[in-house]
Amino acid sequence: MNLEIILHAGLATGTILLFAAIGEVFSERAGVLNLGVEGMMLLGAMAGFSTSLATGNVWLGLLAAIIAGGILSLAHGLVTIHFQADQVVSGLSLTFLGTGLALVLGEGLTGKNPPLVPSFNIPGLSAIPFIGPVFFTDHSLLVYVGYLFVPLAWYFIFRTRPGMHLRAVGEKPDAADTMGVNVYGLRYLYVFVGGCLAGLAGATISLSVSPGWYSTQTTSGQGWIAVGLVIFAQWDPLRAAFGAYLFGALRRGILDLQGPAFLLGMKNPLYINSNYGFFLQMTPYVLTILALVIGSRQAARKRLGAPAALGLPYIRGERGL
Amino acid sequence: MTKQRLWIVLLLTVVLSLLLAACGGGTTEPAADNAAPADNAAAEAPAEAPAEAPAEAPAEDSAGQYQIPAIEDGKYNVAFVYVGPHDDGGWSQAHDVGRQYVEANVENVHTAYVENVAEGADAEQVIRSLARKGFDVIFTTSFGFMDASEVVASEFPDVDIIHISGYKSNEENFGNLMGAMENMKYLAGMLAGSRTKMDNNTKIGYIATFPIPEELRLGNAFALGVQQTCPDCTIDVRWIFTWHDPILEKEGASSLFDAGAQVVMTGADTPAPADAAPEGKWGITYDYSGNCTSPKCLTSMYWNWGPEYARIVEGSREGTWRGGWEYFDADSGALGLFGFMEGETMQPGVAELPAEDLALVQDTLAKMLAGEFTRFDVFKGPITDNQGNLVLADGVSLEQLDLDGFAQFGSECTTCMYWWNQNITAELPDLES
Repeated sequence: MNLEIILHAGLATGTILLFAAIGEVFSERAGVLNLGVEGMMLLGAMAGFSTSLATGNVWLGLLAAIIAGGILSLAHGLVTIHFQADQVVSGLSLTFLGTGLALVLGEGLTGKNPPLVPSFNIPGLSAIPFIGPVFFTDHSLLVYVGYLFVPLAWYFIFRTRPGMHLRAVGEKPDAADTMGVNVYGLRYLYVFVGGCLAGLAGATISLSVSPGWYSTQTTSGQGWIAVGLVIFAQWDPLRAAFGAYLFGALRRGILDLQGPAFLLGMKNPLYINSNYGFFLQMTPYVLTILALVIGSRQAARKRLGAPAALGLPYIRGERGL
Repeated sequence: MTKQRLWIVLLLTVVLSLLLAACGGGTTEPAADNAAPADNAAAEAPAEAPAEAPAEAPAEDSAGQYQIPAIEDGKYNVAFVYVGPHDDGGWSQAHDVGRQYVEANVENVHTAYVENVAEGADAEQVIRSLARKGFDVIFTTSFGFMDASEVVASEFPDVDIIHISGYKSNEENFGNLMGAMENMKYLAGMLAGSRTKMDNNTKIGYIATFPIPEELRLGNAFALGVQQTCPDCTIDVRWIFTWHDPILEKEGASSLFDAGAQVVMTGADTPAPADAAPEGKWGITYDYSGNCTSPKCLTSMYWNWGPEYARIVEGSREGTWRGGWEYFDADSGALGLFGFMEGETMQPGVAELPAEDLALVQDTLAKMLAGEFTRFDVFKGPITDNQGNLVLADGVSLEQLDLDGFAQFGSECTTCMYWWNQNITAELPDLES
């Protein structure tokens, strides 16, 4: 077992959750809860994979994934923003719609080998001891994009004027409306952004981290983990990134922990009884449930700093907060 | 108030979805995939094309989330139940190749399959629906379908049900079929040892699924083969607790490669080890003859179910087949080692191995195909476990019960399969907890 290797693999798998969770942060910050992340991811994974396969161009594949996720999310936008229907129900149906579409359209893609997103070292930085091999060596381009994307997303949400409008729409839509902010338009925009990022997260799996199309097992519930992660991260992209990388490293660490007979001078419990691996594999899912339990208490949610209008449709003139 | 309630609904649904995602392994979604188009077809057909509607409308049926295929009147109807997708590149695909063989080689049959069926209650529902639909023979192709197959077989005495890879059967209409894959794992072990020695390494990896006798038997057979060509090599193990999770399997392979393994062999259902192998390292795939396509793949131990299935279907139609326990060796022709069977060429990573090692593999394979070398020769003493205990004295073979039994699971085996060969560095899984 080698910490460098676990962290390196964790950054790669964590990038999947990172894009999906930050996408959901955008959507929820604008007041729209989108539980369809799993469906959008799967559709993105399928669209990216099949486009890359058909065109031989991985960049077109990534573009297709982003657009596919975005278009699917507009269905959620239409139902919840325009028709003001229940966001929970619509989001769940979106998951089913997305997975169904992806499975039908993805028929026959298993076992194919399209061009993938390239991996490379960052010259100079990769020579730094420990940091270099973990962060800057042999990662996919998408992992490096993730590094840049996190601070940019944070800066956008908390330090720019459009970011302030985004938060206003999710906190107090009626006040934002009064101030001349286009509540409906912005909500549509950020639901779309969230969908695009979920699609990109899907393509991160199918074209980079675990290349291939494996029907529903391509995402295997990671969309749900991303939704839970947003609550843990208190709707903050920096925390979301930290959580994503942590879950990524955990996933790989469980397997590597089975190797050595001794850990920190003690007999390694996983070496003797690998059944404990079940419990560790379960952890991200348990934490997701825990996050939602905490998130479901209004008082706790207030303390966590949830957007005040999250989950509520905005109807001009009818409902204030 | 409503907000609070919404969150509770959300919580419940998410918990439920996670449970489904975790346990089902992709069983919920085929509903959307399969059922919806059928409903649409049924709903739209009368409206748009009244003339054709009566013929098409009532064609399909469903059991829960699964679409149950229809039988064809006048033909002998054979159904297959798969645990994964029919094109998984491994276990289920090998069965589907067998299904196509039956379709092409047995006269007047109709075959159909249901895929992605979860083990347990779902499986029972699917198998029962197939029996009720009128299928004459049903092959259930995953270990966890065993109890479900037994129950349905007792309810439908006229339907022949054959379960693959289990241990239960009756003397009537419920049979059990499996083959001695340990033969091919043994030969693959020889190749892995030879390759590892040639690359100046001593480490080899094994991705194991569940702590059941089959996985220890196949791991030990592989290790015994390694020992033939590379006495210094050791084998590390990773448990992944699933038959079919391509991504987890790939991560397991990477974990072994990163820990130093030169060759990784898998006990699960996909070609992950070859896909995950870094430059200069090697994977050995399993189950399906067509999945050893990567140049980093050394060989694939595969199943050739077609002839066995055809034989059983013929026997069932003629009334000569009786349920029972069937376990075939390599002389049945139903087991293969990719690159070494008739009409196959060796993978580049194998062709350059030392001639004496290749000759050893080829000679042993020839004896296996002639029926002169069986599973009882693979597991013949002297065998020592990794605790230093003598498992089998010189010249003594394991018994059939020993090959597939744990005392902890209630088997009456004498030398149970609960040991790791001396060159395996992992410890035994704890079965008590």
